[in-house]
Amino acid sequence: MPSSQVLPAFNMVQALNSALKEEMARNPDVVVMGEDVGRDGGVFRVTEGLYDAFGPQRVIDTPLSESGIVGMAIGMAAHGLVPVVEIQFMGFIYPAFDQLVTNAARIRARSRGRFSCPIVVRTPYGAGVKAIELHSESTEALFSHIPGLKVVVPSTPYTAKGLLVSAIRDPDPVIFLEPTRLYRMIKEELPAEEYAIPLGKARNAKEGNAVTIISWGSMLHRALKAAEPYDADVLDLLTLSPYDEGAVLASVKKTGRVVIVQEAPKSCGFASEISACIAEKAILHLRAPVMRVAAFDVVLPFARLEEYYMPGIKNIREAIEETLRY
Amino acid sequence: MPETVLDTFEIKRLDILDARGNADPALMPPLGGAEIKKMYEYLAIARTFDDRALSMQREGRIGTYASIRGQEASQVGSALAFDKKDLIFPSYRESGVFIARDYPLHMLFQFWSGDERGMKVPGDINIFPICISVSTHLPHAAGAAAAAVYKKEKTAVAAYFGDGATSKGDFHEGMNLAGVFNAPAVFICQNNQYAISMPRSRQTAAKTIAQKAVAYGFKGIQVDGNDVFAVYRATKEAVENAKAGGGPTLIECYTYRLSDHTTADDASRYRSREEVEYWLARDPIARLRLYMEKQGLSGGKYEEEVREKAESLVDDGIKKMEETGPAEPQDMFTYTYQGPTARLSAQIRSFSPGAV
Ligand SMILES: Cc1ncc(C[n+]2csc(CCOP(=O)(O)OP(=O)(O)O)c2C)c(N)n1
Repeated sequence: MPSSQVLPAFNMVQALNSALKEEMARNPDVVVMGEDVGRDGGVFRVTEGLYDAFGPQRVIDTPLSESGIVGMAIGMAAHGLVPVVEIQFMGFIYPAFDQLVTNAARIRARSRGRFSCPIVVRTPYGAGVKAIELHSESTEALFSHIPGLKVVVPSTPYTAKGLLVSAIRDPDPVIFLEPTRLYRMIKEELPAEEYAIPLGKARNAKEGNAVTIISWGSMLHRALKAAEPYDADVLDLLTLSPYDEGAVLASVKKTGRVVIVQEAPKSCGFASEISACIAEKAILHLRAPVMRVAAFDVVLPFARLEEYYMPGIKNIREAIEETLRY
Repeated sequence: MPETVLDTFEIKRLDILDARGNADPALMPPLGGAEIKKMYEYLAIARTFDDRALSMQREGRIGTYASIRGQEASQVGSALAFDKKDLIFPSYRESGVFIARDYPLHMLFQFWSGDERGMKVPGDINIFPICISVSTHLPHAAGAAAAAVYKKEKTAVAAYFGDGATSKGDFHEGMNLAGVFNAPAVFICQNNQYAISMPRSRQTAAKTIAQKAVAYGFKGIQVDGNDVFAVYRATKEAVENAKAGGGPTLIECYTYRLSDHTTADDASRYRSREEVEYWLARDPIARLRLYMEKQGLSGGKYEEEVREKAESLVDDGIKKMEETGPAEPQDMFTYTYQGPTARLSAQIRSFSPGAV
């Protein structure tokens, strides 16, 4: 951590909260909006305290209206504000998909640069919290497929804060996916001074030479655990769109063996994009086929079966072994 | 030229049974003693189910649960006004509707324990699985109702939702479609005053939710949602009107969510004790009990018998759910499509639980 002075340990919720608080203090045009984000502080408490600190004009409790909220944010951005929207769960972003795809992603292109859409849409994402239906979605690939949107997935409190700061300052729309399972799982100290982590840059979470493991979000932690006994190079992508192709290719060229771990169903997931890119640009460096460890292509099961659905450490190790044996 | 008035509207509110248990005889729906007792018994089961679900959640025996406490009359009173073959589209806060349709209680517990088999709706019960994404089921109700017209069936269709749901585009689209197609749909909004922390006043600038129907070209009415007779009467009229070709109705059941939004919520963060107490004094079940006492419908051991029966039904449901245990992991592959695709078949063959 690039800092001498540190703050007491933060979990991801608190780290996100401090990013919002600090950016709101720095820039009076930053507003936070969404369902229950004001008085209630958000259902996961990410916006806790902001309502008291900045008032109802800047911390806006909205009606239950995802398409409307994102649509309004687009209009606010066109009028000089920097809205940070909270969608309560990723499963409820779909009503706003229309606004994101047909408008947010295209305003810059449609107006040939006259207007832009500097909004952030934050949402809790991913399974593993024993929630009811539609509270465990990981459909990052849908958004990563859309030109004009950026997609960011932090994996730790430190990355959450630094990436959210950059997302808020970014001139384009950013979908900011917060792995629900990690909200309170990890605590770490954060730098006392301002910092930002640039979008589009991967992080090396473990250095090694025998095999490259690529992951993001909550699966990164399973990948790291699975990788412990191996001489593995573990990349935490952090940004999916645009992702750090340079870091991926450099690692692949070093190891020649690749395992990509994603929580989402296997087919047409983000791992497929990385795999295709490696095939195009580094195939002669490969010593084994690229492996994807992912969920099954099924409707995400409810709480009692979700562990069977998500890739486990055993599945990841099997893929690593297979790659190494090849 | 002077401006002319093109249209005016008025929105009615229906109250029949007051909090002291007195019913307005002129408005009382034609219900016999046995029917009123049946209503009361369903209300008792609903309350007991809800209480036990809340304690089961605290004990870690089921997952997050959305309580219906305070809304039992809105749910039971309306559900009993439909015929068995009428199709109901529920949201997640509808335990009382399921119970009034004789849904197996162990399956409701199963659902809330994170087991999808709880929503494998028995073939003789016409209710759609719980819709978690707020308001998205309203157009389904419009569609099912339009299909009933096409098939020349005399059925009505219901959609249940909350006040927060009225802020969604799908509310507008579902209501508008039902109006345009003059579909036999009954839209039942339980205005329980909150959408999680957001009070009803922050969902719409309109005075009532009922009046939203006016703009879609059909009738809207507000009823005292804690008055089982008013809810029943308004729903019965809406169902009959729909079946007679009169089109949809929007019913706003004005009620109150006495519990937290779900077991994951803490309502004391956003509402006062006094407010909750005001509504506790307007409990929908207590007032029916008072009415029945006054009418001589509940003498002797009746009260005790109803309570015991409700408790044993709910206990049986819990026992059955817990004895059933979780589904086989392979169950998750079974319903993605009618049969497995080649891709899924390969995944099923490779399936080995990935221990964490
Ligand atoms: C589309 C969508 N957005 C957000 C949520 C999260 N959420 C669940 S219930 C709820 C409030 C719903 O309020 P209301 O419609 O009044 O119904 P109530 O829960 O009070 O019965 C919210 C925001 C959701 N389930 N679906």
